Amino acid sequence: MFEPRTALQGAHFSGDITVTDAGLVGMIAIRGSLTDPALCAAVAEVTGHPVPATRKMSGDATDGLAWMSADELMLFCAYGDAPTVAARLVDALGDVHSMVSVLSDARAVIRLHGDVVREVLAKGAPVDLAPDQFAQGDIRRSRLGQVAVAFWMTGADSAELVCFRSVAGFVFEWLSTASQSGSAVGYFATPRR
Amino acid sequence: MSTRIQSGGRLIDRSRKIGFTFNGQRLTGHPGDTLASALLGSGQVLMGRSFKYHRPRGPVGAGSEEPNALMGLGQGAHFEPNQRATVAELHDGLAATSQNHWPSLDMDVGALNAAMSRFFPAGFYYKTFMAPRSAWKHVFEPVIRKAAGLGKAPTQPDADRYEYFYAYVDVLVVGGGMAGLQAALEAGRAGARVLLLEQTAHLGGRLLSDEVEIDGQPSDIWLAAAVAELQGMDNVTIRTRMMGAGVYDHGYVTGYERLTDHLENATGPRHRLWRIRTDRIVTATGAIERPLSFAGNDVPGVMLAAALRDYVTLYGVTPGDRTVVVTNNDDAYRTAIALKLAGLEVPVILDARDAAIGPLPRQARDLGIRVEVGKGVASVKGGKKVEAVEICSQAGEGTVLETIPCDAVAMSGGWSPVVHLWSHCGGKLVWDVDQAHFRPDASRPPTDHNGAGYVITAGSASGALLSGDAMQDAAAAGRRAAAEVGFIPSEGDAPTAMAEPEEPVQPVWMMPAGASYKLRSKAFLDFQNDVKVSDVQLAAQEGFESVEHAKRYTTLGMATDQGKLSNINGLAVLADSLGTTIPQVGTTTFRPPYTPISMGAIAGEARGAIFKPTRKSPIDGWHDENDAVWEPVADWRRPYTYRRAGETTEQAVHREIRNTRTNVGLLDASTLGKILVKGPDAAKFLDLIYTNMMSSLKPGRCRYGLMCTENGFLFDDGVVVRLSEDSFLCHTTSGGSDGVHAWMEEWLQTEWWDLEVFTSNVTEQFAQVAVVGPKARQLLESLGGMDVSKEALSFMGYAEGELGGIPARVFRISFSGELSYEIGVPASYGRAFWDMLLEKGAALGVMPYGTEALHVMRAEKGFIMIGDETDGTVTPHDLALGWAVSKKKEDFIGKRALQRPDMIRADRKQLVGLATEDPATVLPDGAHAVAGVNEYGDPKTIGHVTSTYFSPTMERSIAMALIDGGAGRMGEVLEFPVGKDSVIRATVVDPVFYDKAGERQDV
Repeated sequence: MFEPRTALQGAHFSGDITVTDAGLVGMIAIRGSLTDPALCAAVAEVTGHPVPATRKMSGDATDGLAWMSADELMLFCAYGDAPTVAARLVDALGDVHSMVSVLSDARAVIRLHGDVVREVLAKGAPVDLAPDQFAQGDIRRSRLGQVAVAFWMTGADSAELVCFRSVAGFVFEWLSTASQSGSAVGYFATPRR
Repeated sequence: MSTRIQSGGRLIDRSRKIGFTFNGQRLTGHPGDTLASALLGSGQVLMGRSFKYHRPRGPVGAGSEEPNALMGLGQGAHFEPNQRATVAELHDGLAATSQNHWPSLDMDVGALNAAMSRFFPAGFYYKTFMAPRSAWKHVFEPVIRKAAGLGKAPTQPDADRYEYFYAYVDVLVVGGGMAGLQAALEAGRAGARVLLLEQTAHLGGRLLSDEVEIDGQPSDIWLAAAVAELQGMDNVTIRTRMMGAGVYDHGYVTGYERLTDHLENATGPRHRLWRIRTDRIVTATGAIERPLSFAGNDVPGVMLAAALRDYVTLYGVTPGDRTVVVTNNDDAYRTAIALKLAGLEVPVILDARDAAIGPLPRQARDLGIRVEVGKGVASVKGGKKVEAVEICSQAGEGTVLETIPCDAVAMSGGWSPVVHLWSHCGGKLVWDVDQAHFRPDASRPPTDHNGAGYVITAGSASGALLSGDAMQDAAAAGRRAAAEVGFIPSEGDAPTAMAEPEEPVQPVWMMPAGASYKLRSKAFLDFQNDVKVSDVQLAAQEGFESVEHAKRYTTLGMATDQGKLSNINGLAVLADSLGTTIPQVGTTTFRPPYTPISMGAIAGEARGAIFKPTRKSPIDGWHDENDAVWEPVADWRRPYTYRRAGETTEQAVHREIRNTRTNVGLLDASTLGKILVKGPDAAKFLDLIYTNMMSSLKPGRCRYGLMCTENGFLFDDGVVVRLSEDSFLCHTTSGGSDGVHAWMEEWLQTEWWDLEVFTSNVTEQFAQVAVVGPKARQLLESLGGMDVSKEALSFMGYAEGELGGIPARVFRISFSGELSYEIGVPASYGRAFWDMLLEKGAALGVMPYGTEALHVMRAEKGFIMIGDETDGTVTPHDLALGWAVSKKKEDFIGKRALQRPDMIRADRKQLVGLATEDPATVLPDGAHAVAGVNEYGDPKTIGHVTSTYFSPTMERSIAMALIDGGAGRMGEVLEFPVGKDSVIRATVVDPVFYDKAGERQDV
């Protein structure tokens, strides 16, 4: 009867890169000791992803598991599945000291696509974005301009970015500004396709 | 006069002409010109007026060190003052205006200052404009500001765009001359990630002007090969028009890239501020030639010798046909030779040294140029341009031996390495007696977190002024940088660079050595700030012995050029006046940026819509569509009220309150902080965090809680909900969510790491709506899905389910004193839920209310607000919240502090209610209550108003205040002086004005 809405409501911008609302994404925060074999086993069993190493990620926003901190993971799944996946996680974790919270609505996911996607991110994030330093499978929790974001590459010329829902509009505007046509930096080599 | 000559000009394209304007006059130049070279080519040597005396000035340099030729560039929203004409690249349509004159550059009334200059010595302002005190602000300062100064401030907002860029490299090379290129080659070949910055548009540095052989061939061949090799390396990036602006700790460097200043029509950002992290920095920043201090050294047409050579070689322009060269070193002979070979006259070279026997002087003599040794300039004749030079003996007092007509003077006082970037983070300098300059002391570099030096100088920036030495030094610097970041550099021979050998420089700090006062007071040290030799001497005489004091007293080196030309000469004069040595006097501090960078670049992209993030709730769109009057609450924007047609803001607030108290109101409470706390020790943890007991809370129940700092002061509050045996949801203030979450994590991670607890800030997961008022239950019942009756969900209860098909968490809590539910739904459903409440509630008279109605209603109930009733010095007991401070708990944050004598004083400021004698009079927020007199005989302040409103419910003004010993003053009448002779009187009352028994919320 009621359709849930993302903060960006399908916004799209096209400049040096395209900036697109990724739509509703299921996100589940998992806190626990990432060195606990029981936790790792339970998480792997439910999610199908191994617990990623520091600053690594398996999969993407459609279906992925990302390292967030020494005791925190972020699971990405279909929006509608999040409550049931979370419940399965809680079951699988059993007595393991942990915390599972659905945060699908607390965040916004934005997709970036284009040759200079790394450069657009490098205009706001103090992160080494050179292709050999930051590749698919890496994730950084950093900032973009003045707000917290996390991002990862999904291909040679594409990335996904997650930010808090309340600043989704700001981040979208920021990305659109940074990727206005004619503002490419020409620093990173153009990706080979 | 200055003119374009037929030969030379390797940087310009003579086949094309481009038009520009100077003070409205249309002139032409060539692509490749700088504004300064184009003006010289158009016969314009006079380019500005000086700061203090309004003396006519022309360019003295040809690069970024230029102090004189400052212009306002661009027009309207693209106007920028104080731009150096020597680095401004000419483009079609460029509009330049000269500065600091009235009515015109040529005819400047302010030049009277020059005639009066003997009355304006150093410290003149400090000595003269002392009294009367008020005159400074209203008379002296406005007049001085008008008379002295540089360019005009822009009158329109900047229309250009700016941005940042973060880059990470192994080796950053600053400077694209011979040394920088060689260092980059070495580091690049070894495999390091290299970024090379060059502030001009061209690579090559002085190789472009001076004859150097590299590996037996003209340097152009090496230069082309070096650039091609660097461009071919994937691990090397070259950026021109980008200055290394500042070096900071931990290998952090700012780079200032000018993207569009040289273009007529440009899109994209104008400037880009690079924020670079690098392991090693190679500064190949070159050296700057020093002026000589003789009388009239600022007359337009007097230039640095190398700058004059650059104008001839690079741009094919000359400031004059007859140029006298005056020097204390061999390098300046290159200028004389270049001029002669270009077909221009050099009537004489004045060499202050006793002998000039090197190959360069020999070459000059062979060309037929007269060379006078032991001679100098007594004075330059001319006003707006050089007319003649009076020659004297350098050793004497300035007796004129001969007057030589000429229209330009090339001066050289030796070269100083550009040590700025080396020095920004603490690299030390050493005085090189032989070369008469400060150079980097390689044994005392700026050090990184491992104690290792992270800046390495290369080439003439190291003090290696001769080409051969510079090349060897640069190669070594590049190799060292590469090795220190983990690569294996080449061990082969570096290229051999050869130029004519040079005889030693002889320091000349004043010309002539025994110059009279008259000459000294016309010998400029700092051109931009009009500081003369006589000023520095006066400062020394008056006791300003420290270089930092003398600098500030005279303003030497304090202009926009930061003393690039003047500092060493000034230090030398100061040392001489004090009878000490130059290294004893030392230098002033070098600070970033190297040359001024635009304010836009510093601001980056943060302007307009993305100046600062505004947090928006999931229901923000509705507020925006319904005329919300916005109020910033931390980074959120929240509706203060929703004003309807014909209403004032106050009327809207009162309507919202009345409706909420009689029907039902809706508040978007999504911004409230929500922190999930879970784990076997969660209850124990919250007992430590909150002042009251949380472990005794039953699942499904809510409790209002207070948080104190370890000093016992209240800093946040909110309702805690026990979701289950091991999980709690802690509500915080809207502004406090991030801080409280960080506070909890800090305690868990640093003090109570043994507690098994996890926290998660779930604030933004939920849209939260407060449904408030006598008809609140009716409204929720109309949605269906959950039993919200008193029996099923009593006051301070919590239930989870679905309302109208939307998953909901319902809390029966009240901040208004009314029957009230706060309902959390997933944020993505927030707007749908809000719309549904409005639709279903229409028949019940539902009406959203804003933060002001919320504030008034809570004040009517005597509820405190963090930030209003608290200010970091207030305890729960001060606010009569002692009931929420557990006496049973063994410990909680703030417990011990709350037992200190000062915290339990009976006469602390305590919360009271206030009823003004005139019910219509609303006390001003923050108004002070006074009683008796203090030790100075002034009225004594006994407290202040913390919240004050007109209550439409009580139909009178209400207020809360923190008053000394307030709890014992019930019924007292307090006086609040609110202006001249105006006093508001108010009676101390119970702060709960409305429904003292709390019957309305518990129905």
